[in-house]
Amino acid sequence: MLFLIIKRILLGLITLFIVSLITFVGTEILPGDACTTYLERQAFGEQLEACYRRLGLNVPAYERYISWAVNAIQGDFGYSLSGEMPIKEVLGPRIKNSLVLASAAIFIGIPIALILGIVTALWRDKLPDVAISTVTIFAMTIPEFISATLLILIIAIWLEWLPGIVIVPTDVSFFELLPNIILPVIAIAMIMTAHMARMVRSSVIQVMASEYVQMAILKGVPYWKMVFKHVLPNALLPAINVVALTIAWLLGGVVVTEVVFNYPGLGRLVIESISNRDLPTVQALAIILASIYVSINLLADLMTLMLNPRLKTLQIRK
Amino acid sequence: MTEIIQKVKNLSIGFKSKKGEEILILRNISTNIKKGETVGIVGESGSGKSTLALAMMGYVKHGLYTIGGECEFNSSNLLKMKNRDLEKIRGRKIAMIPQNAGQALTPNLKIGYQIDEALQLHSDLKEEEREQKISELLNKVRLPSPETIALRYPHELSGGQQQRVAVAMALAGTPDLLLLDEPTTGLDVTTQAHVLELLNFIAKDTGTSMVYVSHDLGAIAQVSDRIIVMYSGEIVLEGPSRDILKKPIHPYTYGLLKSIPKLSLAGLPQSMPGSQPQPGTMHRGCSFFDRCDFSDEKCKSNSPQLEYLEELNTSVRCFNHKSLINDSKVNQTVNKIKTSLKDKEILNISEVSISYAKQNLLDQVLNRISDDNPTVKDININIKKGETIALVGESGSGKSTILKSIAGLLRTKGGVIKFDQKRNLSSDLKERDPNDLRIIQLIFQNPDESLNPNHTVEEIIAQPLKLYFGLKGEELKKNIKELLQKVRLGEFYMSRYPRQLSGGEKQRVAVARAFAAKPDIILCDEVTSALDVSVQAAVLNLLQQLKEDFGTTYIFVSHDLAVVRAISDRVAVLYQGRLCEVGPSKDVYQFPSHPYTEVLLGAVLEPDPDIKPKLVAEDIVEEKPPQKGCSFQGRCSRILGDICKNEIPPWQITNSGNSIRCHIPLKELQKDQIN
Repeated sequence: MLFLIIKRILLGLITLFIVSLITFVGTEILPGDACTTYLERQAFGEQLEACYRRLGLNVPAYERYISWAVNAIQGDFGYSLSGEMPIKEVLGPRIKNSLVLASAAIFIGIPIALILGIVTALWRDKLPDVAISTVTIFAMTIPEFISATLLILIIAIWLEWLPGIVIVPTDVSFFELLPNIILPVIAIAMIMTAHMARMVRSSVIQVMASEYVQMAILKGVPYWKMVFKHVLPNALLPAINVVALTIAWLLGGVVVTEVVFNYPGLGRLVIESISNRDLPTVQALAIILASIYVSINLLADLMTLMLNPRLKTLQIRK
Repeated sequence: MTEIIQKVKNLSIGFKSKKGEEILILRNISTNIKKGETVGIVGESGSGKSTLALAMMGYVKHGLYTIGGECEFNSSNLLKMKNRDLEKIRGRKIAMIPQNAGQALTPNLKIGYQIDEALQLHSDLKEEEREQKISELLNKVRLPSPETIALRYPHELSGGQQQRVAVAMALAGTPDLLLLDEPTTGLDVTTQAHVLELLNFIAKDTGTSMVYVSHDLGAIAQVSDRIIVMYSGEIVLEGPSRDILKKPIHPYTYGLLKSIPKLSLAGLPQSMPGSQPQPGTMHRGCSFFDRCDFSDEKCKSNSPQLEYLEELNTSVRCFNHKSLINDSKVNQTVNKIKTSLKDKEILNISEVSISYAKQNLLDQVLNRISDDNPTVKDININIKKGETIALVGESGSGKSTILKSIAGLLRTKGGVIKFDQKRNLSSDLKERDPNDLRIIQLIFQNPDESLNPNHTVEEIIAQPLKLYFGLKGEELKKNIKELLQKVRLGEFYMSRYPRQLSGGEKQRVAVARAFAAKPDIILCDEVTSALDVSVQAAVLNLLQQLKEDFGTTYIFVSHDLAVVRAISDRVAVLYQGRLCEVGPSKDVYQFPSHPYTEVLLGAVLEPDPDIKPKLVAEDIVEEKPPQKGCSFQGRCSRILGDICKNEIPPWQITNSGNSIRCHIPLKELQKDQIN
């Protein structure tokens, strides 16, 4: 078991190393560099040389990679180009904001998704299923830029209940941020919940059709006891991995929603730094998002392993 | 008159087709289960036997519904009962033992909990008493060390142990009626015999009524007092078990009994033509009309009613049953097999060993396999051209593993596989040239999985023809048609997809595909295990016919000793990847034989209530072959002592040319086995 965890962690680190290499090589291959971007038309002669010296671009690429990697491991990603401030300071509040958004969406979305998925599965093909399934499929298919825009139109502009876009500074306290995030959370949670509810539904239906559930019924186990003891533990196990992927997606992948609501999260930072050709920040973001994916997936796999007695013994035997 | 505990009255169950038609799975079934009796329900897949058993618990599967009739238990109709009331009957009054205990036990709950759950629901015992009771129940089903078993998860037990747990769970509620749905199908022969013996013991011990559902007349014969034979949703024959097995008066039962290979008879069983009609395709007349040898004009347009014959205490659904009353040649008429054996050896397997052990990095780099106790070891078999040799043994005996290595699908650890006495076949598939691949073809157990569902029959058979012979256009079509004809399928099958075929038809396509390559050797891996008995006989006959036509050599793997007896010239018995006995099949099936062969033969169930299985050894499951000594030492009832534990036994050869690997001298072996 311990051996397995160590092995998985090592594999995760190798993945991160490869990601860092790819992003580094990628930014290296692109024409131009940080200094030509920054200096624009003055990028020649003495000024360019000075910039190279200042940013340390005058040494070979592999040396730069090593020094960058060593610093990155210590949490120092260097300076961003646009603001000339440490990337660490740029990232900090963005990560916090993304975490706030993601956890709000998770705390609201996951319980709803589970309940909807289970209800639709247990009342399969009956009225609750038909009604909820119609709504979830609808929610899945509307792109978030439309649902987000509609939310702003109805709740912020017509009803004037909540602010439509986030115009507070990136580093405000949680309670000041709260009213601002309600609409983005709804927009994200809609899609996420719909997807997960469908997944839970099919998983529960599959388990309900299994021989051991039939056996439990024939044993005389009362319906709800059967659902909680025999169905759900087995049906929800595969959901762990889906939840993990959703969390990772919430942290870095909800670009569209963040842009529509002008929300200062990681996703928008990715877009901003790419369009500003802020290569150091792009590199830092790539590494951070990759680490989020790797670590969350690792956690999910370990959890599945712990909860599934079948896998547990298999691993121990090996 | 004994008390009736379950009364099934005019029961019909069916489903609505996409067109809105009502399609019947069960048609107007009526029968009574008496107190203390064991009723066997027999039929092929799709005959509705499981649906009937489930209905007896008031359970109808998702998608099906009751069309009419009732299942009466304690004078209330289970099919109209509310779930809350059913919960008090299920598990307490009527309990079910499922077919596949491995899948019927909830994977995330411990064995002890699952039995405890039944006790909590159906008894008033306190926690400590329940714990006591769990141990008692596990003891009763003869599981070793109940306390540790109770703490395990279902997947940590072997198939036989899981089945025993299911029995213990069913007994927890002390039911009046036990329903058993194919409780031994999928178990090894020896395990199956042990579980049946346990069930018989329980029936006597507790006086519980049992309904035993199975496709296997051999198992039914061992347990039941009365037999109900079902065919496409109807009861076609019902009566005392001995009469039905000895003098079947319904043509279907008659044909079924004749199509079962029997240990006592050499040669192939007679097959029944055709297959059971799909639900919804039935027209007027008798549902068995197409396949019946005794039918006449009347059967075509009129469906016979179930007729009770007072003098035989039997009900039969046939107009012409009288012609069968005096004709009871069930145990005769078998097609003798002819083999044109040539002296030329076509495949020499020498000193082959195969390992599944995970290799360490160094060995992987050096591309070698190191394992001092490999899964399969010391296999030496020389196969003559035109011979059918069978590899038999329980699961884990390495029979399929050897087959895979011959096919090149699995690398051997050591040894040589030589074709035609000159060509060494590499154990690595990539190193075999196309001709090496062509000469050996495989037919798999399950045609559902071995045929690509997105290819038509034509495409499936065309592939080897294109690959090995480069055929195209008309030539290709002509060859495909010929092959289909050889396996007795019409031309119109060419455009069909596997899902449009029945099990037997699919296996015929798989056979045609194998023969398309014009191979010298065909490896058959449990080719009839997934088929119904009547279809199995037809496939066996087909294989035999093709062999006579083409002079092919078969290597036949099966766990079913009766099937092996029917088709093979020579048999090799394997235990834990080591050979125990090799010899001509008629000799292997006679004494003296290796103690393991004796165990296997003793456990075979014959469809005859007078032939009882002999249980010689315990059905323990061994995970790994022993490091040294005889492979069978762990289970042998005749173990001599240290010599068996330390030394690999020598080959002893009987007068008839049968080789037995045992330390016990032949004369001694024979002496005990005859008694």
